[in-house]
Amino acid sequence: MSDTNTPFRRFWTEFRENKVAVFALAVVVTMILLALFASVVSPQNPYDLANLSLMDSRRPPGFVGSGGYTHLLGTDPQGRDLLSAIFHGLRISIQIGLAAGFVSLTIGTALGITAAYLGGRIEALIMRLVDLQLSFPAILLALVMVALLGQGKAQLIGALVAAQYAYFARTAYGAAKAERGKDYIEAALATPLSGRLVVWRHLLPNCTPPLIVVATVQIANSISLEATLSFLGLGLPVTEPSLGMLISNGFPYMMSGRYWISVYPGVALIILIVAINVVGDQVRDQFNPRLRK
Amino acid sequence: MSDPVLSVKGLSTHFFTRAGVVKAVNGVSFDLARGEIMGLVGESGSGKTVTGFSLLGLVDAPGRIVEGSIKLNGVELTTLSEAELRKRRGHEISMIFQDPIATLNPMLTIGQQMKLAIDAHERVSAAAARSRATELLTQVGIPSAAARLRAYPHEFSGGMRQRVAIAIALLHRPSVIVADEPTTALDVSIQAQILAKMRALARETGTAMVWISHDLAVVSSLASKLAVMYAGRIVEEGPTATLLRDPRHPYTAGLIASLPAMAKPGAPLNQIAGSTPSLLSLPEGCPFSPRCTHASGQCTTDADMTQNGGRQWRCFHPVGQTAPEPA
Repeated sequence: MSDTNTPFRRFWTEFRENKVAVFALAVVVTMILLALFASVVSPQNPYDLANLSLMDSRRPPGFVGSGGYTHLLGTDPQGRDLLSAIFHGLRISIQIGLAAGFVSLTIGTALGITAAYLGGRIEALIMRLVDLQLSFPAILLALVMVALLGQGKAQLIGALVAAQYAYFARTAYGAAKAERGKDYIEAALATPLSGRLVVWRHLLPNCTPPLIVVATVQIANSISLEATLSFLGLGLPVTEPSLGMLISNGFPYMMSGRYWISVYPGVALIILIVAINVVGDQVRDQFNPRLRK
Repeated sequence: MSDPVLSVKGLSTHFFTRAGVVKAVNGVSFDLARGEIMGLVGESGSGKTVTGFSLLGLVDAPGRIVEGSIKLNGVELTTLSEAELRKRRGHEISMIFQDPIATLNPMLTIGQQMKLAIDAHERVSAAAARSRATELLTQVGIPSAAARLRAYPHEFSGGMRQRVAIAIALLHRPSVIVADEPTTALDVSIQAQILAKMRALARETGTAMVWISHDLAVVSSLASKLAVMYAGRIVEEGPTATLLRDPRHPYTAGLIASLPAMAKPGAPLNQIAGSTPSLLSLPEGCPFSPRCTHASGQCTTDADMTQNGGRQWRCFHPVGQTAPEPA
């Protein structure tokens, strides 16, 4: 009832009750920190080709290489220390996931709310385009976009945004349409308050809960979509491997017993995505009490 | 009564639907003096809500005010532009809606919403806005109002939320408030509190009110004047006490007879036989005639308003008078 009981605090109190979600959140935070400080915690800089020695390539976990330190998770075909490569790969994956997630959140929300607020022909135009796009599989769209735009981080983010903004647009539209019909929006629109103010103060804040839920899920999705594209060889250049690229690099050696090159980056990717999804599920449950048991 | 704040003449609001023209409001006229509370009574679909929306120019397509005049403080509202109307809404004339949950933004504190409502019409400092909001919340009976400004709508009960909505409607000291069944969603004891509050506020602030309700018992305790609507028309109007004691129109008489308080305990409740006619195809003449026990052949033509001693009715065969009034 007082100031200490802010919506955020209440949210956190409830979140804390789910131990699994708290653990998952800790995992996500740890992975983000590892990614942020990859160059500090890694024994080797995997992007510095001068550092790499082909003599060290494809060595199993525990091997002591020419650098004089133990490769805890072994090395990849280029002689990179896999642990370092995973930390750096995490950085790229998280960067791209977050960037693509936030850009599509912004574009999608803007489109969805515009459609719901303005209504009429503009609404029909925007939402039919979104529907049309949602009828294609995201991976297909992303593939076409990468083929059109070429390789590189920005291009990859562009492709992921093109594949994903539609989910945000749909969600924002649905939420905004429901709020639009409520009396307080009607009342605000009946006064000289500017439309911009009504959208920012009334409409948008009330659409955020579902958008936060979709955002967490979509960030995990764009990370795995990026990994898929990289695995297919359509992602980033080989010199800056993301997690998907690392898995792809090790794939040819799977059958010859050098499992670690693919498996460890794969495990890192799975842990990251599962953790984000567990956090996302808890957030969704809290915003939508009807789903609670 | 010489200079009414709100004067409505021959107001007709029709909805042009695919199925035909729905005459939701059909020639409604009334005057409202400063500080006066008028109860607008009728059953569902009688056009009372549409009348209220018309007063604020809030009728959406396919609806339209097709004729009539609405004068607020001497200014004709029906010919004003939307921008001019917006300046008056919430300022000179405000509305209280039925559902106190949907009228408040759940993501903003009460204080923030009241500030926004003030900002819509005036430039005031945050401190001035806060003190005005506090004062009004106190007036509608919210305890420790200053502290409650920081609370969110979900921390209030339904009755409290409706009081907040009333406080917001009063922020700019409007001349007229249109209240559309504001107590219907509340329980009876809260209802009584709010009614008492509204009556006091009307007296203190001089705000006139149009109180829309289907509940004759509720409005009769609040309004000094009643207008009974049936199928888009006002069929009878007059001072509350006389109208209730001595109704003229058979429909009014039927409404009063069907109040549960009028029936003997255990006996079946009285009702008016039949149901409201479709507004798409109204019968010729008096729309109530198919249900009316007094109806005659004359009733297929339109009756004019009969004026008599501060009250008026629209009927050829008024109740409680032996000789039919001349048309």
